[in-house]
Amino acid sequence: MSASAETILKVENLKTYFPTRKGMFRAVDDVSFEVKRGKTLCIVGESGSGKSVTARSVLQIVDAPGRIEGGSIQLTRPDGSITDLAQLNPRGQEIRAVRGNEIAMIFQEPMSSLSPVHRVGDQIAEVLKLHFKLSRKERRQRVIELLQQVEIPDPEKAIDRYTFEFSGGMRQRVMIAMALACNPALLIADEPTTALDVTTQAEILDLIRKLQQQNGMAVMFITHDMGVVAEIADEVLVMFRGKVKETGSVEKIFHDPEDEYTKNLISSVVKLEKKAEVRAEQLDASTEYKPLLEVSDLSMVFDNGHHAVNNVSLTVHSGETLGIVGESGSGKTTIGRCLLRIYDPSSGRIDFKRSDGSVCEVAGANKADLKAVRREIRMIFQDPVGSLNPRKTVGQIIAEPLNLMGVKGRELEEQVCALMEQVGLPPSWRERYPHAFSGGQRQRIGIARAISVKPRLIIADEATSALDVSLRSQMLDLMMQLQDELGLSYLFISHDMSVIRYMCDRVAVMHRGKIVETGETHQVINNPQHAYTQALLSAIPNPDPLDRRLHNRFRFAPEVTA
Amino acid sequence: MTTHSNIDTAVETVTRGEDLTTAGQWQLFWLRFKKHRLAVISLVVIISLYVVAALAEFIAPFDPNSTNARFTYASPQGFHLFHDGSFAPNVSRLSMTLNKESLRREFTADPDNPVFLGFFVPAKPYMLLGVIPMETKLFGIKDPKIGDSLYLFGADRLGRDILSRVLYGAQISLSIGLVGVVVSLVLGVAIGGISGFFGGWVDVLIQRFIELLRSIPTIPLWMGLATAIPVSWPPLQTYFCITLIVSLLGWTSLAREVRGKFLSLRNEDYVIAARLDGMSEIGIIFHHLVPSFISHIIATLTLAIPTMILSETALSFLGIGLQPPIISWGTLLQEAQNIRAVAQAPWLLFTPAAAIVIAVLSLNFLGDGLRDAADPYGATT
Repeated sequence: MSASAETILKVENLKTYFPTRKGMFRAVDDVSFEVKRGKTLCIVGESGSGKSVTARSVLQIVDAPGRIEGGSIQLTRPDGSITDLAQLNPRGQEIRAVRGNEIAMIFQEPMSSLSPVHRVGDQIAEVLKLHFKLSRKERRQRVIELLQQVEIPDPEKAIDRYTFEFSGGMRQRVMIAMALACNPALLIADEPTTALDVTTQAEILDLIRKLQQQNGMAVMFITHDMGVVAEIADEVLVMFRGKVKETGSVEKIFHDPEDEYTKNLISSVVKLEKKAEVRAEQLDASTEYKPLLEVSDLSMVFDNGHHAVNNVSLTVHSGETLGIVGESGSGKTTIGRCLLRIYDPSSGRIDFKRSDGSVCEVAGANKADLKAVRREIRMIFQDPVGSLNPRKTVGQIIAEPLNLMGVKGRELEEQVCALMEQVGLPPSWRERYPHAFSGGQRQRIGIARAISVKPRLIIADEATSALDVSLRSQMLDLMMQLQDELGLSYLFISHDMSVIRYMCDRVAVMHRGKIVETGETHQVINNPQHAYTQALLSAIPNPDPLDRRLHNRFRFAPEVTA
Repeated sequence: MTTHSNIDTAVETVTRGEDLTTAGQWQLFWLRFKKHRLAVISLVVIISLYVVAALAEFIAPFDPNSTNARFTYASPQGFHLFHDGSFAPNVSRLSMTLNKESLRREFTADPDNPVFLGFFVPAKPYMLLGVIPMETKLFGIKDPKIGDSLYLFGADRLGRDILSRVLYGAQISLSIGLVGVVVSLVLGVAIGGISGFFGGWVDVLIQRFIELLRSIPTIPLWMGLATAIPVSWPPLQTYFCITLIVSLLGWTSLAREVRGKFLSLRNEDYVIAARLDGMSEIGIIFHHLVPSFISHIIATLTLAIPTMILSETALSFLGIGLQPPIISWGTLLQEAQNIRAVAQAPWLLFTPAAAIVIAVLSLNFLGDGLRDAADPYGATT
């Protein structure tokens, strides 16, 4: 890496606009940055900040009707000449020679970015076919080489497989192999690990770093995850609503941010790195609580034979927050749904202590009992869009459970207003429809609906994972405030360890339908006993560029071969 | 608490799209629909077609069954707004000569000798819409004398006015679509709803039955069913039976649409939330499911009407649907079946055909527009 300071790509005053009914939407507004050989530039921002459009503008693949309205994108070619990509015809010969060959891109969704009807090898070979004159045999040789490089086991066989035979992480590796096929000078990675589990994410980040060092290419990495930024970036560009808020080295952004927005972003990430302040002093208070919900030997086998939940036992005490953490497919959501009998569990007992002191066995409860129990155990959903009927006003949505309990007229109106105030929404907004609300506000509506019938236990299924990080802690704070006001217990299901650490008193770690470890949150996090928990914890990116620890992580054997 | 900053951003979203915050489903539906210009134009065309059909007795200048031996196969008369520089709507007088060789009547227009037209001319008493007694027509010949004629779109083999016949035909042809669609709506929503809601073997049974129905070639099936109608039945009853026959095959696509919607909506989070709230299944259907797909149904229905119109036309054209003396667009086309009519009097074919094409195209465009607007929460936001 002799020419480490050499600039590969220089973007100046880039403007990409989308004409809409109400005028121009400035998706990218006057953005300038440089990418240097062998270095990683992270573009970070929340949803809608224009980071993806920026990346797509570089390759001129902005979705219609978006257009590059101004600015220059100067690419230094291998022969030393400089080409302004912004001036090229998006369908022309010249830009096509750049795409894939000099600048390659990998996408977020490994499911949809590979074709399911072509063999993996053929898809990678296509890039080679377009840019190099190679014989069939040479191409195959090169593809096997590439698959080896991205550490896909048994590349001679893998080359003739179809994409659906691979897991998400393996598909992303194939995608990377495809991007590397022509030894590009610049790799654009648009949220390449967002759809992956943390342990797989760590593997992919490792791989990208290794390949970058081998090939000396520049990487432009788009992400919303500050932890990932801290782990891999050299330079950082912070975007907000199409504008650059701050740019600088990763140490400066994390430890000495200047811009107000960057400061908030960093502090909301750092806030989630430890236990919530309101909970910090109550650490060992949970021992005196009485059990509210006792689950024993719960199993759920789906019709297709999939054993989603396997002999799970857990207890939620009244007034406490129990977290269930696990990766996708671990069965954590299924547990939550079994407890409310959205799915009928295959076997096991669910004993819930009712408010009148009697104990109800939910798994075998009859219709009337179930209806009563469902008023005491409520659910907050993950998707703030899908969980609210778009055809009802917010007032109607919050009133529905009350209405069904027989609250009518003026009293209903008053209760709805009180609930809205309680979750931080102005009651005057109850005539509005959900589409007028942002993601965070919609989740507040969901919370208001959940607490409207005075429940005692709330199952929150990934309640904050659809929200931007700055809203996440607000939502958790609101939930804890309500917990104190209403004496609630939570069963908090999440894949995000930082959210669990912030909020939960105790945590259960799930892996492939089983609970592998349960304990006090601080105990599990600081001193994990099970090998899987150790691997999971060490794969979480640390939002501190001075303490990068991802490459020293602990690997859990069954996951690596998956 | 940090709720204040949150509320601030919300206030901002509100000021950006002020009217949209409290806009319900139908308001958004209309906003989306308005953007589809062709559909809006089609809507206007459709409304005018139905108004004209409803007021056919008033608008049509003649009784559709009144014959005139003097003007068999008369060609369309040229229409002029002015005469000698002053406003006086008129048509050219037709003078008839008998071609001795071909033994055919030939009509030549004589623009110098016009027949003057007037608005609200007196006519034989009739009942408008079956209830309002009227004695005037919208337009007609001013002071009719023997030898005067008014055939804007020509006349048929008995000298009947094609325009009047097409207008009267619209009454039957446009309404058979509606009646048929209502029947298929009831069948489709009920059967599709049962299929989607109960699932299991009921669903399998209904779906296989639909496939069976769809695999039968339609025209032979229509013919079979049409022959089952007793010949002695009065025309109106026959008409009703034909509608039933057409709609008995039309419900299948609607049933599938409804079933598909049921299945996809049943697993929406908000439906699960309603179930957890303790809402009964019937309550969920009427409070959450039906409002969600009603706009889709309206769009599908609009697209079903032209199919019905075309089915009626096809049946009548083949002579197994409506029969003269009932006037529909199909029976009018039936009269244009022979080569002599097409060669000698093409207006017999083109006038009803144009009416059908305009009606069917407009309904299709309207249906397209409605379908695009049907889910205002889909693509945008």
